[in-house]
Order: sequence, then C-alpha cells, then structure tokens
Amino acid sequence: MAIRGILGSFAREEDVVAATEAARERGLTILDVYTPYAVHGLDRAMGLEPSRLPWVCFLLGLAGAGLKVWFEYWASAVSWPVNVGGKPWNSLPAFVPITFEVMVLFAGVSTVVAFLWVAGLRPWRRARLPHPAVTDDRFVLLLAVTNAAIPVGSITQLLALHHALEIQERDFEEVP
Amino acid sequence: MTRHNVSPYATVMDDSQLTGRPIVLAGAGPYGGDLEIDEPLVTGGKKWTDVDRDICMHAEQFPTKKWWIAFSVALTGLGVLVFALITLFYSGMGILGVNHPVGWGSFIINFVFWIGIGHAGTLISAVLFLFRQQWRTGINRAAEAMTLFAVACAGIFPVIHLGRPWFAYWLVPYPNARGPLWVNFNSPLAWDIFAISTYGLVSLVFWYIGLLPDLATMRDRATHPWRKAIYNAMSFGWNGSSRAWRHYESAYMVLAALATPLVFSVHTIVSFDFATSVMPGWHTTIFPPYFVIGAIFSGFAMVITLMTFMRGYFGMKNYITLNHMESMAKILMLTGMLVGFAYSTEFFMAWYSGSEWEGFVFKNRAFGPYGWAYAIMFTCNAIIPQVFWFKSMRRNTLVLFIVSILVNVGMWFERYVIVVTSLHRDFLPSSWGMYALTAWDYAFLIGSFGLFFTLFLLFVRFLPVVAISEVKGVMDPKVARSIPPRASAAPQEA
Repeated sequence: MAIRGILGSFAREEDVVAATEAARERGLTILDVYTPYAVHGLDRAMGLEPSRLPWVCFLLGLAGAGLKVWFEYWASAVSWPVNVGGKPWNSLPAFVPITFEVMVLFAGVSTVVAFLWVAGLRPWRRARLPHPAVTDDRFVLLLAVTNAAIPVGSITQLLALHHALEIQERDFEEVP
Repeated sequence: MTRHNVSPYATVMDDSQLTGRPIVLAGAGPYGGDLEIDEPLVTGGKKWTDVDRDICMHAEQFPTKKWWIAFSVALTGLGVLVFALITLFYSGMGILGVNHPVGWGSFIINFVFWIGIGHAGTLISAVLFLFRQQWRTGINRAAEAMTLFAVACAGIFPVIHLGRPWFAYWLVPYPNARGPLWVNFNSPLAWDIFAISTYGLVSLVFWYIGLLPDLATMRDRATHPWRKAIYNAMSFGWNGSSRAWRHYESAYMVLAALATPLVFSVHTIVSFDFATSVMPGWHTTIFPPYFVIGAIFSGFAMVITLMTFMRGYFGMKNYITLNHMESMAKILMLTGMLVGFAYSTEFFMAWYSGSEWEGFVFKNRAFGPYGWAYAIMFTCNAIIPQVFWFKSMRRNTLVLFIVSILVNVGMWFERYVIVVTSLHRDFLPSSWGMYALTAWDYAFLIGSFGLFFTLFLLFVRFLPVVAISEVKGVMDPKVARSIPPRASAAPQEA
C-alpha cells in the first residue's frame, strides 16, 4: 500500500530539528528524517527511544566470556588434561587473556550484526532515497498524510515556516 | 538566548593561516568580553558538498602519475615479499639469520613492529572518540585503514615463524582427529592467536561501519552504472535515515568502548610472549605498559608519515591541517617521553633488583656488542622527539616527516634490541652467539612494507580517505551549508 507523504528539504540542521519538533507537537506522523551526518538531538525531536544496542553488546559479551571460560576449563581439565610443567589443569588466571579477547569479539561482532539488522541494512540492498542530496548537504523531513483532521495545507505551511527549500507531496511505495 | 555579533565567516581560513591558537573575537563574548573560538578543523571555507567532491575525487578520476609511480614501487616491494615467501617455503628456515642461541629473529621483530604500528589507528578512532577530540575526524579513516593493513602485515610473521606454516591451523582449538588434542590455553602463543584475530576482526567491522555513510555518498555521486552498483552493494542501502543514525551512533560508541581496552590488551598479550618467559631482560612486569606505549608511539609516527603524503600528494591540506599535524606531534612527544621513561625504569630495576643476570643483560644491552642498536633506539625514540617542545618544529611538515621516519627506525630497533640482546648472551658463556640479518631477512622487511603500501594505495584509490560524514558533523554550519546566512533569528513557533 502506498503511503501518501509530504517531504520538506532543508539546508540547515537547526531548521530540520525545529520543524521535526513542531510536527511532533502537532501530532503529525513523522515517517523519518534524513541527514548527511548524525544530527544530535534529532532522535529526541522525533520522539525515538534510545537505541538498545548496548544491551546486545553487554549480553553477547557476557555470553562469549562465559562460554569461553567453560570451554577452556572443559578442554584443559576434562576432555584431555595435559600436564604442562606441573601447572594445575584449571589454571583460571591463565584463561583471563583469551576470555577477554573472546568477550570483545562476541560483543563487537554481535553489536555490528544487530546494528545492521535493526537499521535494515544488508549487502546489495538497493538504497531508497527520498531526495538525491540527503547524503550530500540536505536535511529531509518526511511526514505522512494520514490524519484527515490535519489538512495538507497546514503541513506545507509548517514546513515553509521552518524555511524548507522544497516541499513535495507524493506517494511512497514504502518508507524509504 | 543572546546572539553574538560574530561574523559567520570568522572561521574561514586557509591551512597556511592557521596558528594553532584560538581566534579571539574582541568584544564578542557574553557581557562584552572577548570570545575565543577554536580555529576551524576544515580550512578553505569548504561547503559540505565540497567535502564530497574533494574526498571522492581520488576514487572517481583516473589515478594520477604520482599514484602509479608510488603503486609500482609498492607493488615491487610486494613482489619481493612473495618471492621471499616462495623461497622460504622451498628452502626452509635456514635462509634466515636465526641460529642458536638467537632463535627469535627478524620475524618476531617485524611482527611486534607491525602490530605496534596498528595501535595508533585504534587509538585515534576509539580513544580520541571517547575523549571527544574532534580533530580525529580528519585522520581517523586513514589511520584505521593503516591499522588493518599493519595487522595484515603483522599476521604473516608469526605464521611463517612457525617453521611449518601449513600446520598454522593447529593453533586454533577445533575438534580434531588427534584426540581431540586442544591447544594449551596457558600458553601466551595461544593468547596471541586470539588477540590478533580479534583485533583484526573488530578493527575491520569498526572501520566498515564508519565507511557505510561515506560509501552511500560515493554511490549517490556515481554516474557509471557499474560504479553505482558496486558502491550500492557496499553501502548496504544506507540512506541517511535518522532511525539508522541513532543505532549507528550507539553502535559506534559501543565499539569505541570495546576497542579501547582491546587495543591495550593486544600489545599487552604480545608483551606476554616475552614477559612470561624466564629470560633476563624479558621477564619484567613493566613490559605490558612499555609495549603499549611504544606501540602508540610508533603508530603515531606512521600516521604522521602517511598524513604527510596525503597532504602533499593527495591535496588533503584542507582536511588534514597543520593543526592536526601539531596535535599528532604533541602525542608523539608525550609517548616518546614515556618510552624513554620506560627505558630508564628498566635500567633502574636491573640495578635495584640486585639480580646478577638482569644487571648483566642491561649493561650488555647498552654497552655490549649491540650497543649501536641501543644507541639508535634511544636517540630516535627518547631524544629526537624532544624537538617538539618548540611550536615551530611541531608545525614544520618537513621536520615532522623526518622525525616520524626516525621514530619508526628507532622503534624497529627497539624490538631488535629486546629480541636479540636478551638471547645472544645465554646463561652459559659457552652458548653465547651473535645474530645478523641475512639478505632474506631484509627481503621480508622490505616486502612487508611493500604489502602495507600496496594495500594503502589501493585504499586511497577506491575508498573515501577521510570520514566524510564525520567531517561534515564538525564543520561550522554557518560556512558549510549551501545557502547564505539569513538575517532573522531562528523561527518562533506560535
């Protein structure tokens, strides 16, 4: 189902943030905001929750470390205990370096995989750009026309008030 | 909010106009005082769209003659490496200088040297990120690429040092038909495998995540359908969505927080290869911090060398400014002094411990048959970087370049001194010996530089060498945006 949307493009970071805040206060549906670099404060303006990726990192890091300690213990003390210079088989302090490395490996790689997953990024995915210059120097706010109580005219007026350079109303196959 | 009467173009400067000191705007501060603002990180009054052009340009046009000359030199070096590897596999370890008692030779020296080089890239991308050092944005992409290529060079040496490199996979604990016989988890050599492979992999994903927005910029600039398709595949469909940026920022922060302890752990573990042995001169608790700081020191020297090329040959002076070079010179001097402090501490401890063997090794290091190597090491690492006490020296690119080369020479000799001097005087004088590099040792050293520069030149040719999206974020928007400043204040919502 196509989504009817209104797109406003801005040349200034502060304009797009202010327009986003204003649109949210009006109760408009913000489909997304597209920026050439990470604009701080935009997630708050859009009313987005903070990313939960640090939890993925923490939990997978913990799992990696736990698994590695178990594996090192099992391999050195259970599966095939080898006497190396009379050292104890379950010499835990000697397991610390590898455990740390495997924790970082699990935490780092899982964070990246989770990031690609939640951001909807994958190799060969065709990029859907709302505006050709969003990776250059334009900031684009995309609003949905869903609420019949808010006329299209007032949405375009809001964008114009915040110095939108271009305002387009068009159908989107899906949110870009 | 009070609006200051500051010209929006106060921060338009050229690289040559930078002073390394704040710009003072008289009477522009609150309550009529002076306002001090930092000099711009990007010079030349660049706009955001200029950044795209300036940085993508090198990948979009046919390579210059300079690039071809540099690339053919590097490729020749790589050829030397391949030839040396084939000869080594055909003839065996006998072609090298290693002997009894010096069983660790140039392979271990080169391994520690290259791993050390890599550390500065992670330091720039992770530690300086956590410390909010915005100047890192100009150099972090190239420095991280340097890390990857240095790790690639380093990774070769322990494998070929094994003597039977075709059994290198035995170092990985996998269910095997030999029992299964597991690796010895108490061994620093097993720790090394995990440390280096984790370091390489985490550095790679960290670097690639940072590349995504810039690859998207290159994709959107591309006109040729093949080029567009390739960059489209590589940019994973990035479209600058704020929902993605939010996760991107979070992932970047988490990875930086992981890479920071990782980078310290890697060279710590490399130092454990030495420190857990019972050799005088190696068996010391100072080794982990000493190795880590030496790694950062040598890595920054290599970054300065590469950035000098990028400023000169690739016209990056507006993005890698003299202020960037000065900041790196400061880090080089600081770490150089720490390395010098570590050398002195080792000597003090050799005397203070009262250990006869330890005392002998250190006297022998400085005044014995390898005293010349020790002198090169101490001069290049602890004394020469002291020129950076002077601001004029820190801002002189020729001095920076020469010092950065000398530091890398010094740091190579540091590893030479550590490896060779502890081994060549065994506990029994009847087992004493000497070590000299053969032509093949030199071939591997030169060849590893060939591999490094081949990879680096390919990177410069095909990928954005400066982090475009990060640089855009630290530019002064008053200068960088595509439309002129407006007279009125920000809009007030009714």
